[in-house]
Amino acid sequence: MRSAAARLATLLTCMLLALPHATFASESIKLDRLPAEVGPNDPASLQRGVQVFVNYCLSCHSANYMRYNRLADLGLTDGQILDNLVFTGAKAGDLMKTAMDAKDAKEWFGTQPPDLTVIARSRSSNAGSGADWLYSYLRGFYRDPSRSSGWNNTVFPNVGMPHVLWQLQGEQVLKTEVQMIPVGSKGDVEKRDVHKLVLAKPGAMKPAEYDRMVADLVNYLSYMSEPARATRVQLGIYVLLFLGVLLVLSYLVKNEYWKDVH
Amino acid sequence: MGDNELDQGKRRFLLTATGVAGGVATAAAAVPFVASMLPSERAKAAGAPVEADISTLAPGEKVTVEWRGQPVWIVRRTPEMLESIKGSADKVADPRSERKPGELTPAYARNEFRSIKPEVFVAVGICSHLGCSPQDKFKAGAEAFEGNWKGGFYCPCHGSLFDLAGRVYKNKPAPDNLKVPPYKFLSDTRILIGEDSKGA
Amino acid sequence: MAAADKQPVVVTEAGPLNGVLSSLLTWVDQRFPMMTLWRGHMSEYYAPKNFNFWYYFGSLATVVLVLQIVTGIFLTMHYKPDAAQAFASVEYIMRDVPGGWLIRYLHSTGASAFFIVIYLHMFRGLLYGSYRKPRELIWLFGMLIYLCLMAEAFFGYLLPWGQMSYWGAQVIVNLFDALPLIGPDLSLWIRGDYVVSDATLNRFFAFHVIAIPLVLVGLVAAHIMALHEVGSNNPDGIEIKKRLDPKTGHPVDGIPFHPYYTIGKDLFGMMVFLVVFAVILFFMPEMGGYFLEYNNFIPADPLKTPPHIAPVWYFTPYYSILRAVTEDFMWVLALMLIAYAVLVIRTARKPAVRVATASVSVVLLAGFFAFEPKVWGVVLMGAATLVFFLLPWLDRSPVKSIRYKGVLCKAALALFVVAFVILGYLGTLAVTEGRTLAAQFFTLVYFAFFLLMPWYTRMDKTKPEPGRVTG
Repeated sequence: MRSAAARLATLLTCMLLALPHATFASESIKLDRLPAEVGPNDPASLQRGVQVFVNYCLSCHSANYMRYNRLADLGLTDGQILDNLVFTGAKAGDLMKTAMDAKDAKEWFGTQPPDLTVIARSRSSNAGSGADWLYSYLRGFYRDPSRSSGWNNTVFPNVGMPHVLWQLQGEQVLKTEVQMIPVGSKGDVEKRDVHKLVLAKPGAMKPAEYDRMVADLVNYLSYMSEPARATRVQLGIYVLLFLGVLLVLSYLVKNEYWKDVH
Repeated sequence: MGDNELDQGKRRFLLTATGVAGGVATAAAAVPFVASMLPSERAKAAGAPVEADISTLAPGEKVTVEWRGQPVWIVRRTPEMLESIKGSADKVADPRSERKPGELTPAYARNEFRSIKPEVFVAVGICSHLGCSPQDKFKAGAEAFEGNWKGGFYCPCHGSLFDLAGRVYKNKPAPDNLKVPPYKFLSDTRILIGEDSKGA
Repeated sequence: MAAADKQPVVVTEAGPLNGVLSSLLTWVDQRFPMMTLWRGHMSEYYAPKNFNFWYYFGSLATVVLVLQIVTGIFLTMHYKPDAAQAFASVEYIMRDVPGGWLIRYLHSTGASAFFIVIYLHMFRGLLYGSYRKPRELIWLFGMLIYLCLMAEAFFGYLLPWGQMSYWGAQVIVNLFDALPLIGPDLSLWIRGDYVVSDATLNRFFAFHVIAIPLVLVGLVAAHIMALHEVGSNNPDGIEIKKRLDPKTGHPVDGIPFHPYYTIGKDLFGMMVFLVVFAVILFFMPEMGGYFLEYNNFIPADPLKTPPHIAPVWYFTPYYSILRAVTEDFMWVLALMLIAYAVLVIRTARKPAVRVATASVSVVLLAGFFAFEPKVWGVVLMGAATLVFFLLPWLDRSPVKSIRYKGVLCKAALALFVVAFVILGYLGTLAVTEGRTLAAQFFTLVYFAFFLLMPWYTRMDKTKPEPGRVTG
């Protein structure tokens, strides 16, 4: 594009982007970030996570697209998997199905608990990654007598799931404070309800311990939603290196041929 | 002109180098596509070895287990049945299982009774003629299809006969003995079908 | 030319197989126009020597087409076009099929790459007037390819059977309900059921896997044949065939397509493209939810509508236009229609044109208020794609390329690009009053680019075109 047109386009784009941001802004809830130390390259964390998963989650949720023997990615042998992680009599090559009957689930919870295989991918949004959502969700349960399960959640209001890990975390309650928030630039204030989760009854784990456990579990859920991720990234590096070589070669070929053209 | 020769040489080198690199890239790119046609994890899981419990299998009885979509028979042979196998040796076409050994008879079954333990017979229950599943005819005696029947299996489709070690009788439509699948004993009462001690 | 009269094919590289290869190729050439095609379309097809960055995207489009077809074939080996099995079969491909995850990501990244390449390819046409006479038919074939590509992407998107797949298809097919008289029956016929269901999935699979790809390949062949018949345009917009070398008969500003563009530029262009493509494919295949939408990792649930349904990014400009048409906007449209009709009538020379414009305007005005705004939203959305077809006849500039057009044309094109991008961005967001106003404004800009073109291209002060290409 010739420079005059490019300048004009840039000017117009800048003008338009200067429009009040409110026109394009979107509201999103605030999520806690999954701690940065927890990552896919930590087999110990993933192993702890899958243990929590099969002990607490598979009783009601399924992971119908994940095979037990894929856990070899975590450094486990078939024997270790069968001995420590399989309670349903499944074989190592079987899919991680739930023990709960679908009809019972509908009766007890109103709906079948969703499959968790790709839950970490489905919960991504502008507010944060799917892992952030799950990390916040599993630490966001609080006691709510108005709900039939007795529990509610700050990240997923009126969720049907009870707080399965309550014995480990303890019981949180939602404390509402009325705060004066400054609004605008002229010193105006606005009354706003600020919610805070407070641990009313401690559980078997201290808060830091519980948070670490949830981080491991969420790390596992992230892994389970895309087991090929580690291979993908590694292969990507090799492919890009090779493409770099091809890029240089093709550039040299181009220049060589175009020497003839004036 | 010297300059032109240099150019041609350089051009040829560049083209060859790019061609070779491109060839390698194409071959590498083909790998995932070719690999995707190999058996998937689902196929491998479905074809995984099957465990059979023979603790309740009485002598003279047969149980059938499915492996890779095929019926696999397990027969607890009585001493009389083992005797009759010795007797039918001259009636069968391939008494020492010499035909297609790699395919039909693994090393541990290349013996008198075609099995690891004489009293437990394991074989794929598919007739080597056209694939029907033969019937049990364990009792010795006179039969319509064979006057001096020693006991074994009778295929109703085209009349092929097999003895109690799965060996095919002479002059019958079926050409080969019954296939012995890879298997091993996990214990005295548990057999793993689909995998032998060598991990095959 | 009789087979026996043809020259034998000479393989110029020295080597042990030279003789064998020559004989084989000669045998083929005597029975198939191999060398004629090679010369006509490659080694003796003279293309302008000043092709720049914008000229890479045609060959890149064919690269992506081949990629999509090959990866599509391998996906079809494992995918199950059944509402009860589709979602699971995609995860099966991602996990259980060796290399399946790579083939899936190639196909999903390829789909978005296709649209990026095509939009840049079309933009080149706008920049340099590649749609002008005698290349109108190339442009029309190209527009048909674009429509087929949109249909192909739409049908393909239902196949993973996620929440976005399902509800996106439901919304778009329901649009046809709005058409007067035939609407509801048409929707029923398209779906094969009362709602999007297994029947819909199966037929969309048939369209996506074989019907449209066949049409696409045919149209691409026609597109290239039409191009080679007339010869390529270039950034200066001048016809290189006007100046032929007296000795060779070839255009002085032309160079053989092979090897200068095949091995020379397009090979390099493909490498650059593959590097960018690989970065996305291996490190960010979801592309922040734009290439693989997060909601689509939830299996389709006919009983639960997601809070925010948006089409995939490449459809969002048109989605914006659809949503912009509200009841209030009908008044604006009516005003614009009257103003436009006045402009046409005042400047048209033939009385027939004036009468036609007046009658059509009256009918349209009546229609604006007889039918619901929803209907006009669908019509305007369709018109936004179809108006491109008119481009060869809307552009009345004496020059082809933006390089020699004046300020008006440059401003118009810049505004159009800005409008397209902003409409696209707005299409990804939920509706608010402010955003609707913005979308309405930019819809007007979008259509103004085309509908006012006959006037501003004629009024504009142009620079003289050069006699030879300038690079």
